Parts: sequence; structure tokens; C-alpha cells
Amino acid sequence: MIRFSKVTFTYAEAQVPTLRDVDLAIDEGELCLVVGQTGSGKTTLLRAINGLVPHFTGGRLAGDVSIAGRSTREVPPRELADVVGVVGQDPAASFVTDTVEDELAYTMENLGIPPNVMRRRIEDTLDLLGLHELRDRTLSTLSGGQQQRVAIGAVLCPSPRVLVLDEPTSALDPAAAEEVLSSLTRLVHDVGMTVVLAEHRLERVIPFADRVVLVPGDGQPLVVGPTAEVMGMSPVAPPIVELARVAGWVPVPLSVRDARRWAEPLRRRLSGAPSPRGSVPGEGGTPLVARAHGLSVSYGQLRALDEVDLELGAGEVVAVMGRNGSGKSTLLSEFAGLRSPSRGRVSVLGQSPADLAPRKLIRLVGLVPQDPGVLLYGESVGDECSTADRETGLAPGTTAAMLDTVLPGVPRDRHPRDLSEGQRLALAMAIVLAPAPPLLLLDEPTRGLDYPSKERLVGVLLKLAAGGACVVLATHDVELVAQVATRAVVLAQGEVVSDGVAREVVRHSPVFAPQVAKVMAPEPWLTVDEVRTALVGSGHET
Amino acid sequence: MSGARTTRRGRLGLHPGAWWLWAGCMAGAAIRTTNPLLLALIAAAAAFVVSTRRTSAPWSRSLIVFFRLGLVVIVVRVVLQVVFGNRLPGHVLFTLPHVPLPSWARGVSIGGPVTFEAVLQAAVEGLRLAVVLICFGAANSLASPYRLLRCLPAVLYEAGVAVTVSLAFAPEVVMAIGNVRDARRLRGRPTRGVAGLRGMAIPVLEAALDRSLQLASSMDARGYGRRVTLARNTRRMASGSSAAGLLLVMAGVYGILDVGSLPVGGIPFLAVGAVLVGAGMAVGGRRTERTRYRPDVWRGPEWAVTASGAAVLASFIAASVLGVQGMQLQIYPLHVPLLPLLPTAGILVGLLPAAVAPAPGGRSGTGGPGPLEPSESVAVEPAEAALT
Repeated sequence: MIRFSKVTFTYAEAQVPTLRDVDLAIDEGELCLVVGQTGSGKTTLLRAINGLVPHFTGGRLAGDVSIAGRSTREVPPRELADVVGVVGQDPAASFVTDTVEDELAYTMENLGIPPNVMRRRIEDTLDLLGLHELRDRTLSTLSGGQQQRVAIGAVLCPSPRVLVLDEPTSALDPAAAEEVLSSLTRLVHDVGMTVVLAEHRLERVIPFADRVVLVPGDGQPLVVGPTAEVMGMSPVAPPIVELARVAGWVPVPLSVRDARRWAEPLRRRLSGAPSPRGSVPGEGGTPLVARAHGLSVSYGQLRALDEVDLELGAGEVVAVMGRNGSGKSTLLSEFAGLRSPSRGRVSVLGQSPADLAPRKLIRLVGLVPQDPGVLLYGESVGDECSTADRETGLAPGTTAAMLDTVLPGVPRDRHPRDLSEGQRLALAMAIVLAPAPPLLLLDEPTRGLDYPSKERLVGVLLKLAAGGACVVLATHDVELVAQVATRAVVLAQGEVVSDGVAREVVRHSPVFAPQVAKVMAPEPWLTVDEVRTALVGSGHET
Repeated sequence: MSGARTTRRGRLGLHPGAWWLWAGCMAGAAIRTTNPLLLALIAAAAAFVVSTRRTSAPWSRSLIVFFRLGLVVIVVRVVLQVVFGNRLPGHVLFTLPHVPLPSWARGVSIGGPVTFEAVLQAAVEGLRLAVVLICFGAANSLASPYRLLRCLPAVLYEAGVAVTVSLAFAPEVVMAIGNVRDARRLRGRPTRGVAGLRGMAIPVLEAALDRSLQLASSMDARGYGRRVTLARNTRRMASGSSAAGLLLVMAGVYGILDVGSLPVGGIPFLAVGAVLVGAGMAVGGRRTERTRYRPDVWRGPEWAVTASGAAVLASFIAASVLGVQGMQLQIYPLHVPLLPLLPTAGILVGLLPAAVAPAPGGRSGTGGPGPLEPSESVAVEPAEAALT
């Protein structure tokens, strides 16, 4: 179905090729998962499938990519629109029309599909992706997760034979991600559609994949093989695979169900071990950093936040969780002083953030927004770092050093727009973290990050919290929450529905429980590290 | 199979063309009068219809923007009159110091006595322009320009896409301004004043251009501009004929609205233009594999709405032809404006759409003003704020 033969691709002005001598064949009806570290060339590989690389990016492509027998050398992407549908990382960027239904119809209109067929397929797709309620809505009013589903629906409608998705679930809450993935599996099984999928949050997709393509980066040869085999050796692996490595299970289990069967002896062995303490929030002992009192925010008729009371103390790592559109981002932007509350009061160290001058504000609060690219507008990474040092009055090199802690090896001469999503996030985060504000807010910080970068991020955050900063994360990433958060606040429809010790909140929720917790239940272990420590402690390290 | 419903009715309310025609007629009527009472009535009628028949989409809240814009127009017009305007005789309100200008600038005067009559005339002229703006604002609130573009005949599709992209550019810039302002605040940079403006211009343009490029690649990936089966010459002929026809139609409309601007009047232009457009569509319609998803239908309510607009315009034309008193504001001698019967009745007919147009989403209830969900992104909201 998809055939790469001897493909070498080099971006214009790049010294080394992003892809080198790639030979790859993906068959009809296969669900193929593309994994690799941040910036390794996954997106390039995916976009080469329908010819967006190099037709829209420039650069040199040697070799040949063909799809359903048509070579991207000979035909532009538009002539492949009937065979392949591509959903990019930022769903909003792919929208061409202004309402949901028109967006779904767009490709089919271009393909000349008869109106009655179009109508039927759109109704089917609306059902399949649960978009019925939204059919007349304007795209710009949708939440991130809803936009993601519309973008997927828009390429599904013309029923292409190949579907290419770049991180389709990274913006979705766990429940919505589950839904999208299960509808994809259904398409593979029922219609025989070929799906190529890049994803960082492997724990969600691994059970569904037939084969894994590992992109090691730096132009090294791809590793292709059955999921369990590749996962056993991959530098990026989901918690369940890490757990298997710690416990010495071969072949590695790919789903919670498989792992639970393996885990029986492990659970028994650890049942006597001292249970992980986990970090416990300071009970009133920590000094107050920020607080919201009766905070309400309305956009028009809509209540984004409703009477929220929250106190944030020094040294806490607070995870704000909840469905897409439950008010997480709004809460963060209130603390960051981006807008004034409709009612109630927000204060950071006794001051109202919305009334502070920008220069004073960043010494109190730092926010890394969901799209970190908006913070960057220097000419190069190095330029961005030195500007940040100068503007915040830090010693030269502070920001650059912070960048190396978050993600080493980001090329200093690269333009921020040419970085991968993960690298961009790391740079934005370094800029915000450098002045070490007492209140640090991160909106979906792990979106687009691979496991090693996530690991480093966890280290940075823990260090900051230990240094007395208060860290607030709005996130869907339950694994991250299990690793760093001391406290979890769950929002629903703008109200706080639960607020407590993170371990307890995530462990008892069927939606938010991390993989290890599901495998180890009823034992209280949440992360691979905890299991490893416990094994060492009980002297049973394998 | 063939009985399947492939058109849309009531889903998003009326056919957008009907709304734009109705609003165009209202605007055309407004141009023909300087009676502030009539102008105010037209604006009120437009606002009333909008309040009863708008959808829940963001652009439906744009009427208020047009009202503000109208206010600005009036103020600017009055200020210009006070500073530069003709010195009309009458009751002097105050006298500005006169600035002598060199002889080559004759005809322009700065300063001098400002009369009540001059200010009044400027205000009324400003009001007329403001009401025209409000009429278009009403059309904009009732039917998005995107939807109108979807109704373009297939021949003009390419031109329509160009307009779509440029239309998308404007909100993109508004949104980018909001994003960049937030981002600058997060990085501790000034967001106001000259320094703020200078720092923001480049990233805003960059973001908007970036988005346009993304749009282009996205459109291509989704099959826009696939091979067209029609012979090149035929296609050109079809496009040329429709475009020329549309130009003639526009000229004709102009001729009708601005009496005496065309020697033969507007009607012949309109007629020839309509024939050309029809021919172009007939030829061009046969080409391309492109199909249309649920095109808007044109039925009774559309006719009724258009007719009510036409009635307003007709009553105003008739009133000026018949020489009905009170169409223009009398300044010398100054009179309290009357409310002439014929045009007033016409405006009342213009209220008809509030009753005959289907309520948006009334059929299934899905399109009604349901609760909007909050946007996940921090970035989206400022754009919305900028719209309202």
C-alpha cells in the first residue's frame, strides 16, 4: 500500500539528512505505529507519505515514495486526496472552512462525491466520532479535543484507504483518546483501512498496533517489526514495558490485561513491602503562594469557571485535571494574570496578577502555554536564550543552561519555527523557568515530549518544588501526574469536583489511573520507579 | 435512494443570499434619505430582525461592532466638518482661529466660524453612512460571508477561494494579536505603547502568514484544485462571461442607487449582466467533478425576505419620484423632520423577515444558541473578545 524505497530526505539548509535510505513497506489493513524520540523525524516520515514533504516544505528527496501505486514524485498531494487522509499535529491549522459539517464535507466536495453519498457518510462520521451535538458549531469555538475529533472526521469522511495521523490523541483527555483510538481500530478491522500513526504517549496506542516503526533519529536506519519485539529494545517505551523490563518479563506484555497475568507473583512479593510514601502536600504548614477566592470567569453566556476556591502553597506540585473544555486553561490564565476574573479574586503573594506590569509579573508567575511556540519570536535558539537573559536581568547563559537541563542538544543556530514540537516546548519552558518564579504554571507540558524528555522534565519540576516553588500542571497525562504531583484538583464544567492527595485521586479513578497502578491494583504502586525501589528494598531485584 | 434529502433547510436559518439581498435593499433605501428619523428607523428595523433571527455563531455578535463603527463614522464626519469643512451660513456656535493657507490650497479652509447648520448636516451625512454600515453588519450577523461564498456558482469557485483565504486572514490577524499580546505579557515585555506595537507587528504578521501557508498545504492535501475535465478555453470563456456579467450587474445596481450617474440608467446594465452571468453558469456548471454538500435552498421564505427588502427600497424610490415631503432634512430654514407616510410604511414591511424567516435551528434544535463550551486554548478567547 505504502512503499518507501531508498528514500533520503534533507531539508533545505540542513547539513544532515533527516531520513536516510529508508526502505519501508506498509501493507493494506495494517495499523502501523511510528515511534521515536523528539525531533527524530517521525513527522517528516508521515508527511512524506502523501507528498506534503517535499511539495510544501522544500528540501531534497532522493528515492521514491509511492502510495497505492502512485509516486509522490509524479503527482502532487491533491491527486492523492482520494487515497490518503492526513491529520497534522495541530488540528486547528488544518481547518479550511468555518463550521463542523462543512469541514467534514470539504474533501468529499473536491473529490466530486455525489451529494446523497456525502450526506450519508457525514451522518456516519458524526456518529462514529460523537460529533452530533457539534455539527453546526463554528470551528473556532470548539475545545482542543473537539477540534481534534473534527480534524480526524474530516479526513475519514471520503473513506480513504490510508489514514495518516500525527499524534492524534496528544490533546485529548484519557476518555476521549480511548474513544478515538477504538474507532480507529474499528476502521482497521472492519474496513481494512491502513493506519499510520505517530504517538508519544505509547501507553494508549501500543495494544492496538500491528507493527512498530522505530525512528532512531540522526539518519540511522529504521527498526521495523512486531510491536512486542521492537518495544523490548526501544529507547522510548510506555510504563508497562518499563515495568516488564524491571520485572524481567519476556516477551513484554502490551496491554494491562496481559500484564496483570504476569504480575500476579510480583504483586504477592511486594504486598509485604513498605508502601510508597509518595509526596504529601504540606498540611497548612507551607507558606501560601497563590490563592483564588470565589473565582468565576464567563465568556458570554458560558461559565468557564464557577466559584473556584483554591489555595496553592510553596513546594506543592498541583495537577489540574478534567475533561477537554472543563476550564483548566482558563484557571491557569487567571493565575498568570492574562485576564481579570469576572467575579471573585485571584492573588499571587498578595498581589493581583492581572494588575501587574509585565516586568514585575514574570518574577511572580511563569506560564508555559499549550502552544509554546507563541512565546518564541527570536531569530534563533541562541538569540532567544540571550534575549531572555537580558530582559529578565539574569546572568548570561542561565536560560541556555536551563534549556540543556530540560532537553540537551537543541541546536543553537536553528530558527525556533524549525524546531520539532518537543524542542520548541523545551525552549519555551527554559525561558519561563529561568527566572525561577515562585508560581509556575504549565499547560499540557508533555504534549509532544518523548519519555526521556519527560523524565528530565519531571526532574526539573521536582527540583523546583523542592526549592520552594509552587508548580501547577494542567494535564491529561496521568503518568506524569503519578510521577510528580503531590496534589490533584479535578475540574468539571468549571467547578472543582475533587481536590486531594494526587496518589489517592488518580488511583481510585478508572479514567485517571496510570498503567502501573492498573497492573498492580490493589497494591498501591503507581510508577515503575516505585516498584523498582520496592524491589531493591525487599531484596528481590531480578 | 433518489429521495434522499441532500439540501438544507432551516439548519442554519435562511439562505444567506436572501439576507444579503434584504440588507442591501435596506442600505440602498438609507442612501436615498437624509431624514434622521427615517435613518434611525431603518437601523432599528435591521437590529430588530437580527435580534430575532441570528444564530449562535461568533459572527452573530458582530452587529454591535458595526454600531460602534457607525458612531465613530459620525464623530469623524463632524470633527472633519468643524475643522476643514465648508463654512455654511447660519447660527454660529463658536469660532475657531482661522489658519491662512497659500493660494494653491484654495477650496480648503481650516478654522473659522462653525455654524449649527454645518454641524447638523455633517452629523446627518455621517448617520446615513453609519446606517448603511449597520445594514451590512446585520447581513453579516445573520449569515456568515463564508456561507454566502459557498453559494457562488461553480465557475467562480477559484475566485471564491481567493476571497475565502483573504477573509480568513482578518480573523487570523485578530487572533494572532491576542496571542502575541498574551505571550509578550508572559515574557515580561511591554504590551502597550510604541515599544509594544513595534515588537508585536512582526510576530503578528509572521503568525498570520504562517497560517495562510498552512491553509494552502491543508487545502492541497484535501484535494483542492484537482484536475478539471473541461477544456481550458471553455473554462476561461465561462469564467470571463460570468465575471463580466457580475461587473455589469454591479454597475447597474450603482446606476439604480445613484440616480443620474449612468446616462442610460441602471436597468439595461442589469439585464445584460444577468444574461451573461446566466450563460457563464450554464457553460461552467457542466464542468468539474466537484460536488456541493447540502447546498442552501431558495424557497418561499427566501422570496418573502427578499421581497420585503425590495419593498423598502421601492417605497423610498417611489417617495422621491413622487416628491414626498420630508425625504431630505431641511436645513434652510431649519425644520423639525417629519415622518413621511410612504417610506415609513416601507420600513415596516422591512420588518417582515423577523416573522417569515425560519428561526435558526428551529427544526432540530441543534443549531440553537446552546451553551458554548470553553475553549481549551488560552489563546482563543481574546479573538472573541476583540469581535464583541
